[in-house]
Amino acid sequence: MRIAAKGLTYVYNPKSSFATQALKGVDLTIEEGEFFGIIGHTGSGKSTFVQHLNALIRLTGGELKVGEYDLADKKCKVLELRSKVGMVFQYPEYQLFAETVKKDVAFGLKNFRKGISAEETEAAVREALSVAGLLYDEVAERSPFELSGGQRRRVAIAGVIVTKPEVLILDEPAAGLDPLGKKELMELLHAIHGQWCKTIVIVSHDMDEIAENCTRAAVFSEGKVAFCGTPKELFSRGEELAAMGLDVPVTARCAQILRENGIELDTDFTCGDFIGKVLALYRGDGAPAPCAGGEQEPAAARAEREEGAPALREGGEDAQ
Amino acid sequence: MQPSAAPAAEDAAPACEEAVRFENVKYTYDDEEGSFAVNGVSLCIRAGEFVAVLGRNGSGKSTLAKLINALLRPTEGKVTVFGMDTSDTKKAFAIRKCAGMVFQNPDNQTVASVVEDDVAFGPENIGVPREEIGRRIAAALNAVGMSEFRYATPSRLSGGQKQRIAIAGVLAILPKIMILDESAAMLDPKGRREVMEIVKKLNREQGMTVLLITHFMEEALQAQRAVVMHRGEVVMDGTPEQIFARADELETYNLTLPRAAYICKRLQQAGMPVENAFNAEELARKICASLQKG
Amino acid sequence: MLNDVTFGQYYPAKSFVHNMDPRMKLLLVIAYIVAIFIANNFFGLLLVTFVLLFFILLARVPFGRVLRSIKMILFLIVFTAVLNLLFYTGGENDIVLAKWWIITISWQSIINTVFLAMRLLLLVLGTALLTLTTTPVALTDGIESLLKPLKYIKVPVHELALVMSIALRFIPTLMEETNRIVAAQKARGANFETGGIFRRAKAMIPVLIPLLVSAFRRAEDLGDAMDARCYSGAKGRTKYKKLTFTWRDLLGFLFFAALITGIVFLNIYLLGRFDIIWQVQEWFGA
Repeated sequence: MRIAAKGLTYVYNPKSSFATQALKGVDLTIEEGEFFGIIGHTGSGKSTFVQHLNALIRLTGGELKVGEYDLADKKCKVLELRSKVGMVFQYPEYQLFAETVKKDVAFGLKNFRKGISAEETEAAVREALSVAGLLYDEVAERSPFELSGGQRRRVAIAGVIVTKPEVLILDEPAAGLDPLGKKELMELLHAIHGQWCKTIVIVSHDMDEIAENCTRAAVFSEGKVAFCGTPKELFSRGEELAAMGLDVPVTARCAQILRENGIELDTDFTCGDFIGKVLALYRGDGAPAPCAGGEQEPAAARAEREEGAPALREGGEDAQ
Repeated sequence: MQPSAAPAAEDAAPACEEAVRFENVKYTYDDEEGSFAVNGVSLCIRAGEFVAVLGRNGSGKSTLAKLINALLRPTEGKVTVFGMDTSDTKKAFAIRKCAGMVFQNPDNQTVASVVEDDVAFGPENIGVPREEIGRRIAAALNAVGMSEFRYATPSRLSGGQKQRIAIAGVLAILPKIMILDESAAMLDPKGRREVMEIVKKLNREQGMTVLLITHFMEEALQAQRAVVMHRGEVVMDGTPEQIFARADELETYNLTLPRAAYICKRLQQAGMPVENAFNAEELARKICASLQKG
Repeated sequence: MLNDVTFGQYYPAKSFVHNMDPRMKLLLVIAYIVAIFIANNFFGLLLVTFVLLFFILLARVPFGRVLRSIKMILFLIVFTAVLNLLFYTGGENDIVLAKWWIITISWQSIINTVFLAMRLLLLVLGTALLTLTTTPVALTDGIESLLKPLKYIKVPVHELALVMSIALRFIPTLMEETNRIVAAQKARGANFETGGIFRRAKAMIPVLIPLLVSAFRRAEDLGDAMDARCYSGAKGRTKYKKLTFTWRDLLGFLFFAALITGIVFLNIYLLGRFDIIWQVQEWFGA
């Protein structure tokens, strides 16, 4: 399902003294099959935007089409839409409620497909749990509250993907997890992306996560899409991002400093690619002479560096 | 922050270089099962140190933190804070006055609906006179850069701001030790930076002993010393650089390197002679140096 | 979503009434209620109305905001008034206008109903003015301070007040959380909007359980946080915010003393001299 928003606007508490315009004309298209990233500060409108995608927030201004569903249409079948656009909220483990994992995962399924048979339910739950990386026989009959934090999150994700949504939206899916937990979760999302949900949209603060995983990403700022493109395009604009108070991934920061030192790396900012490109330079695989620019650096660039990164200047001089 | 220039003179704690000492400490949440959340920890933290405690979720690092300010008392062994034994229930008050703690969830540690009332909560509890509380609030809010929010409602603030208020609430008690139990984990990068800056400043300028419990490896780099916990035991102890240089060992404890250090290690493994680097700037410098030599 | 509206109906402004001590405001509201109920004639209520209007002006709260507070209990007022109108029986002197089965409408019942409705309206408007000009926190402080004497009969006043202020503090947090859980369950196809009462109540289970679980988790965290900040009950505790009476409170006090005196005077003075029912009887020559 292709997601196309045009001129989307939204105001919270309209007609009151607390009125805040969260969206000020969002234009954004997410193609089917993407692993899309949404970046932005708290209050940039990104959460408001994603909640429009499954009509948790009803469209009040602009156009929004999700697949064949026209959200501007009052007769739009919301329930059907929600079964096709799954949404995993931040800390989703806090929405678990049923006495067993099985019942909790089946909750969505039973809501969307009234009168589904017990066998079908069990099969779907079994499959969803296994996609989420849990063993059905081990957890199905247990209370979700007995499980560890990481397992609970997986149960919550299973509870959303159980209806096989075509689009899966996740708000800060890795929040609160430790590094290994994060890594496992991203692997899980890639597994889901490959075999289960066609499109994945993640909202994230972690630029490394975006650089590593996303096909494209959009930056939200003050209720608008400030930029949209591949991570490569996005993180080449480090200064613009910094002006919005956003970070860049370690790889991009590093590449930027290398560029200031006259070393061009044509990387897409994933770790693997970055390492590959640096090694290529080191081994002299047809790349421009390493650090050649270091000595013949233009005065202007050097002056700029002296202001911005004094520590680096020392490094540069040592190298000479 | 003015008041703490003369650190809590009313505290009867003996002057001691040693801020916290764990002596073969064990702790179990469940007496019968016999599984220890903290299992034989011996550790000494000197006054003025900035220590990061690393470990996976469930490695016992939060339990360790709660043992310091007598929220928990050791099942076995002994914990002393500036010489005061935490098992001594009569000392709990003095210990908590000495070791303040900021928790993970910014929403769950505010008691009042107005910022200044919340900061006042601690001083009120320890019986500080009214006028002095006013001064402490001003100083504490100033130290965390939140003076202009003195009359604001905490629920309207951002996560980072809420945590800064929580830090101010602890500072108003004039502690000598500040324990941060994953206090930045739920914040966005901006909030996380704000909190880290304040903590670093407190350590640098006021000589506050800081214990930072975290699973963000990048945060640990800010500390002078890092302690790694695994299954209730302290398994590594050293400077963050020393710890991150032992990447393989870290991996066995299910911890990862900071990203820059990880890239560096992969380059080294591929045969490129790059010196160890832990952040982007360092990494760029080391790569540059290595390329020039090559 | 996003309930960015402060809990309660506090209307932030700087005014004479806002700056009064919450304790005095509480006492004055009690005096005001007493005044409403001892007034046994329209002139008394009129006097109360004037005082109310005067204080609304003094409080610089828009009149519409004060009136809005009636909305919530308008039904109750109308319901009571209608019952009173239909079933009130004064006695043999009733000037009956209509009678059907056990229902009687008389001049007395009409007048009595108007009187009752006016009392209720004044009651609601007056207490609304209190909550419009006093923050919930100040109210809690005021109540705590006023109830202090109860400490001597072992009522844990401090603890009760703390519980109340913490409850107030957590209302916005829990509201936000409720919104989030509702949204999450809606995303999983939950339906809270249609169906009968029973179905809707059942539909709330997936919201209430996570909310309860989280409330317990928060309570546990908060307990730890309070312990860590040296909380150990009221003993040895100082208080940062001290409530102090000012000239405003004295003025307010004098004003209400005058009001009560006025009403008592009217009650006595008009007793047997003037009654609206007599007037009606005169007009209609009954």
